[in-house]
Amino acid sequence: MLEVTGLNAYYGTAHVLQDVSLTLGAEPVALIGRNGMGKSTLCKALSGVLGPGNRVTGSVRLEGEELGGKPAHRIAKAGIGYVPQGRRLFQSLTVDEHLLIVGARRDDAWTPERVYELFPRLAERKHVSGTSLSGGEQEMLSIGRALLTNPKVLVMDEPSEGLAPTVVETLIETIKDLAAAGMGLLVVEQNLGVATSLAERVVVMVSGSVATETTSQDLLSDPEQQKRFLGVEPLAEAA
Amino acid sequence: MQQFVTVTLNGLTLAALYFVVASGFTLIFGLMRVVNMAHGSLYLLGGYIALEIQTRWFTSDSGLGLSLSGKSDAEYSVFAWLIPLVLATLIIGVIGVVLQQVFLRWNQGQDLRQALITIALSVILADQMLAYFGGISKDIAAPSAWPTSITLPGEVRFGFFRGVVVLSAAVLIGLGLYLIIKRTRFGKIVRAGVDDREMVSALGINVNRVFIGMFFLGALLAGIGGVLGGTMISLAPGQDTAFLLNSLIVVIIGGMGSLGGAAIGALALGLVDAYADVYLVFGDLDLTNYSIIVTFALLVGVLAFRPLGLYGRPA
Repeated sequence: MLEVTGLNAYYGTAHVLQDVSLTLGAEPVALIGRNGMGKSTLCKALSGVLGPGNRVTGSVRLEGEELGGKPAHRIAKAGIGYVPQGRRLFQSLTVDEHLLIVGARRDDAWTPERVYELFPRLAERKHVSGTSLSGGEQEMLSIGRALLTNPKVLVMDEPSEGLAPTVVETLIETIKDLAAAGMGLLVVEQNLGVATSLAERVVVMVSGSVATETTSQDLLSDPEQQKRFLGVEPLAEAA
Repeated sequence: MQQFVTVTLNGLTLAALYFVVASGFTLIFGLMRVVNMAHGSLYLLGGYIALEIQTRWFTSDSGLGLSLSGKSDAEYSVFAWLIPLVLATLIIGVIGVVLQQVFLRWNQGQDLRQALITIALSVILADQMLAYFGGISKDIAAPSAWPTSITLPGEVRFGFFRGVVVLSAAVLIGLGLYLIIKRTRFGKIVRAGVDDREMVSALGINVNRVFIGMFFLGALLAGIGGVLGGTMISLAPGQDTAFLLNSLIVVIIGGMGSLGGAAIGALALGLVDAYADVYLVFGDLDLTNYSIIVTFALLVGVLAFRPLGLYGRPA
């Protein structure tokens, strides 16, 4: 569904993403790597929100449509939804307003009503300012907002960051449900346990490139790999 | 006491005019981080266009509206004032959009360039207006059917246009803007854009179109201000920079990008202006010539305690 080939991104003259290629079907894929390896930059480059003055080259094809280097609103309209790191909610908007501004039509697959069905907690807090929600609710709102663009692929940058373990479990379920319904999800995840439980495929980034692709089982059973790619003490020993 | 009421009313009506002009300025800045240094030129041009329409279409004795001799004898219906108001306002709105699309769109995020470009435009516009409309102060005629003044309780007489039309226009405009920003989808997108523009585009919203809408609205407000000001005070070279300066002071006091801040800032500036013009006399010492200094003292006072203005937020 999503086909990325030879994607490069530059912050000014710094060559941050180098020749990234990956494909994504209707499945969740975890994107892991140490800090500063370009995971967030990849998310931003895919969504077209790298900021003014920064360049993206290479090809991003979504169901055959070329989106590389297109403005963010075109990319979102074409079907790549973006759930940013830190949620980036609008502090002067209520929950309901976050969903209304996206402008989903009644006959679209995702409408505010459906988002409220998916996240009943949000429906209870419709008229509360988005930034006064709890961390988990903020994440739901950030996801709900992105879903209203009716994405084929959802790019999520560290959705589990700062969330309580029970909330993370719900989040993993939501991600799996969305994938089961035919959506592709690229999920940046720092936590190895979360990454391996939400996705079968795991893509590892090192120094701005895709270093390797592996599976959850392989990664879990290979402490050496974990140490190399994540710089963490292997999961088994840490536990 | 009578004098105090009159001076206060003068301050309030000035504040009303400042608010109308500065609200457009602050909204544009809030969303786009563009300090439109040509805002004052749009104000003055709006006034001149309305005057031009009024003299061409609605004045039978082509007396050229030279207002030095006071009012001409020409009769003006309500439409002779309203139609120029509406047309001039719309024209200025369109000019604002053209200005944004042609000159500013390519320089997004480049504050200095945008400031310099708009300063250049304001200088060019000022000269062109001087060449075309002349250096003599002119004013737009209010409808002849409207009374010149009203009498308030306490035997206070006050100008009808100033006290009633300008004040209620400002209140209506303030209310309308509040509703647009609060209730409409456009307003919600604008608020979201003030918070995080990039995230708005990541939701599939074409921010450029929102910018066009905002520049139209912002310039339109400068245009309305120009017509109100041209009727209430007068139109003359130099008013462009004066109103740019006023708008800057208003939004610096109130906080860049805040509508409520613009209202408070306009009130503060209008009242301080009016009081300082009259009450800066201490016995034989007449300091009214220095009243502008009080304005800047106000500015310094606000900035000392609230560097971002009363309602300002970090960019």
